Amino acid sequence: MAKRVGMEVSIAASEAVKLADVDLIAAYPITPQTHIVEHLSEVVADGELDAAFVPVESEHSAMSCCIGSSAAGARTFTATSSQGLALMHEILFIAPAMRLPIVMVVANRSLSGPISIWNDHSDIMAEQDIAWIQTFAENGQEVFDLVLHAFRVAEDSKVLLPVIVNMDGFTLSHVIEPIEILDKTEVDKYLPPYKPKVRLDPRRPVSMGLVGIPEIYTEAKKATNEVLINSKKVVLKAWKEFGDLFGRYYNPVESYKTEGAEVILITMGSISETAMTAIDKMREKGLPVGLVRFRLWKPFPAPEFKKAIAGAQTLAVVDRALSPGGACGPVAEEIKAALYAERGRPRVFNFIAGLGGRDVTVENFEEIVSKAFTYTKKRPKQLYEMIGVREI
Amino acid sequence: MAKIDAVMGWKELDLGCVIRQPGSSRAFKTGDWRSQRPVVDRDKCIKCGLCWVYCPDLAMVPAEEGYYKVNLDYCKGCGICAKECPKVAITMVLEED
Repeated sequence: MAKRVGMEVSIAASEAVKLADVDLIAAYPITPQTHIVEHLSEVVADGELDAAFVPVESEHSAMSCCIGSSAAGARTFTATSSQGLALMHEILFIAPAMRLPIVMVVANRSLSGPISIWNDHSDIMAEQDIAWIQTFAENGQEVFDLVLHAFRVAEDSKVLLPVIVNMDGFTLSHVIEPIEILDKTEVDKYLPPYKPKVRLDPRRPVSMGLVGIPEIYTEAKKATNEVLINSKKVVLKAWKEFGDLFGRYYNPVESYKTEGAEVILITMGSISETAMTAIDKMREKGLPVGLVRFRLWKPFPAPEFKKAIAGAQTLAVVDRALSPGGACGPVAEEIKAALYAERGRPRVFNFIAGLGGRDVTVENFEEIVSKAFTYTKKRPKQLYEMIGVREI
Repeated sequence: MAKIDAVMGWKELDLGCVIRQPGSSRAFKTGDWRSQRPVVDRDKCIKCGLCWVYCPDLAMVPAEEGYYKVNLDYCKGCGICAKECPKVAITMVLEED
């Protein structure tokens, strides 16, 4: 039986990476991700993990180094946040195109400006089209489990795509939680050694990352997208096997008290725990409300989501990023697109909350639900609204 | 991948578009978008080889009796050979002429 210990979630993430026995870590420190790679550099220096730790000069170099490492057939990890993720931007697209199973933890943080080190989802929502598999953790245990799951999925011979595990900066990364750390033998049962199908090897030379002329670029993009869409089967299978081995079962979309719910809140990440408390409070008052949250974000789990919200009249989608000048927040946009062709689709109202580290409280969720009930009867003028903003 | 990419479907592409056959880029003829081609006047040519030295695409190749000829599979018609020729022995002519 694995031990349950009090541990900072960032350290738990790096313990998972250590248990995965990675070969190379290339990273640059950035708040609030720093503790992850700081701890990894320690375990490498102390000889607890036989891996190369490359202290690069920027995140652009970190991702470039990871691509080279993964192309050579090494199990590869990095972590970043906010401006660091943005600095990786142009390289991020190349990893899935080359089918490299890099795993990255993103401790989600707002993007400047104004300068902000605090938590929201604006960093990752600016990276929606990079063709990486993406999951969102709700708590520390999930971070630990999702990191192991990420390696398992990424390196599956049917997938071979990079994976991002998102965790909220500070609210998860810097919080001490009771976490069940698996033994190495248990992890080895779940995560076999990485066997690359093709890699850089002077004995069997290959060329990687080549030009795609207009006659081939479209086909190359289609090929990567198909693999990403079909990766969901492996994502689900890897969660099922994780549950069978360790007793914790995960779904792409989780439901909480949705039975008979007229209004369903939609969330991602750690605010979902606050949202559950709010749902409990509102249910006690007799309000027919429930919660649905995404654990898998890309590929977008549309069938599972539609099943989870079936029967609801109204969805109150909470976005933790703004899509300036757009129709609504990025999560609501995806949901609206998924539901547009559905008969009897629910109304979708979008609320932007928790930007740049602003707390999202139980009271905020009560306000959101109350507004959703009101808007169901009387359509609002605006397409979305920002919660808690001072209108003066 | 000796087969030219232009006729491949997305299901036929190798993993991550890798190419397993070294030197296969030779099969990709890059001269098809040329608008002008160099024509060598052997009466003026002194066989100095500057066109061969300067050609950025290795498309000027040694020919019989020390002369040089153009490999039109790869010549992109940039005109550097004509510009560099000290005897003005190379003329660029429009492809349609």
